[in-house]
Amino acid sequence: MSESNPFVAAWLLIVSGDPTLAGIVALSLRVTLSALAIALVIGLPGGAFLAMSRFPGRGLLVIGCNALMGLPPVVAGLAIYLLLSRAGPLGPLGLLFTPSAMVMAQTVLILPIVLSLSRQVVEDLWSEYEEQLRSLGCSGARAIPTLLWDGRFSLVTAVLAGFGRASAEVGAVLIVGGNIAGHTRTITTAIALETAKGELALALGLGIILLGLTLVLNGGAYLMGQYARRSAGQPW
Amino acid sequence: MVSAADGSSILPLTLRGVGYGVAGRVLLDAVDLEIGPEGRTLILGANGAGKSLLLRLCHGLLQPGAGSIRWSDGPTRAGDPRHAMVFQRPILLRRSARANILHALAMIGLPAAERRYRAEETLARFGLGALAERPARVLSGGEQQRLAMARAWSLRPQVLFLDEPTAALDPAGTRAVEEMIAAFAEGGTKIVMTTHDLAQARRLADEVVFLHQGRLAERTGAAEFFDMPASTPARSFLKGELPW
Repeated sequence: MSESNPFVAAWLLIVSGDPTLAGIVALSLRVTLSALAIALVIGLPGGAFLAMSRFPGRGLLVIGCNALMGLPPVVAGLAIYLLLSRAGPLGPLGLLFTPSAMVMAQTVLILPIVLSLSRQVVEDLWSEYEEQLRSLGCSGARAIPTLLWDGRFSLVTAVLAGFGRASAEVGAVLIVGGNIAGHTRTITTAIALETAKGELALALGLGIILLGLTLVLNGGAYLMGQYARRSAGQPW
Repeated sequence: MVSAADGSSILPLTLRGVGYGVAGRVLLDAVDLEIGPEGRTLILGANGAGKSLLLRLCHGLLQPGAGSIRWSDGPTRAGDPRHAMVFQRPILLRRSARANILHALAMIGLPAAERRYRAEETLARFGLGALAERPARVLSGGEQQRLAMARAWSLRPQVLFLDEPTAALDPAGTRAVEEMIAAFAEGGTKIVMTTHDLAQARRLADEVVFLHQGRLAERTGAAEFFDMPASTPARSFLKGELPW
């Protein structure tokens, strides 16, 4: 890098639309958003189900989900690695060191967050709505869409928390993805690598982009929430 | 016009030996009662007599600990659109007034076009058209309760259970809700209602079911009840409440 100041160099890299950098960002987004989508599809209704149902072992499940919110990414990565490694039960699929493996690992990481947060939101809502919804014949599985929709403003938090954890983590995708250039190199693994190599400009550039993405997403969600909340007349 | 979907009445509602207790405390005991299609039935009694509990049991929100509660064609269950309930504190979804009605209509499986038509008809019927787009949760208490009543009306129930529907309302709100109750009754919906407002009970009741400490003390025509109640608990209840 000819520019000696890494901040300036990073900025130049970003504005020049460097293809390596663009590829890394695109892969990161693809992996993180895929994992987020899967976690939401499972976690939102799952959390709502947990909130409304009473069955033996439910308490353990709730505690398990809450505890897994703090699951260290490297441990999640290791577990998926063992599953996908050639000798593992899913080895024949040949997914290790592919973006799919990274999606799996990130899904495992953020599913507990989505489950726990949506369970909390829906539980509060259900205690308020239960009599009325049952009276209207809206109970069991039929109540889930109603409750998720009415909890939409609070559930944005679950979405953001999931995105934040998935986009920021490095340990799991490093283990199962292998940080292969042009194939499984994400923003976070690239930062780790480039920093170790002393290529601070690229690392910084990626860091700025990651921060920017997170900021834009959170800001957008906040503004949207404010607007929607006002137009939906949330009294709190 | 409110009418039964298939024309056949689910009334009478028959309660046999109905009991309900929580943690060893008997809240309702050995209630035998038949509620027929005629007139408006008001359930009266002191706080804790079991009025709201009785309504919830009849509507199927709670299961009796003893005895049975049956409509003419089978045991009661919550979610049967042929009987609806409006609560003391209206529970409205975090959506517009119109969307609240549309949601209830979706739950009874109406096709979308029919839902829209019926929602508009209902809003117009009760003068709520101007509120249609407003978020239900920021309506005033009176407007919320009128919306809850309108939502129930849109379902065309044969029976409407009302649990102290005006307890939290001012006189104007109370009058509006009472007018809606009259609209239900005119349309042929059977009204079963609790209240602790005796003046209101006089205005609305055709017959009175009086509960005392979880038991059915008496069941009398309204005129007779307010003139000369048969049971001692009802006599002292009326006396205690009569200063105005």
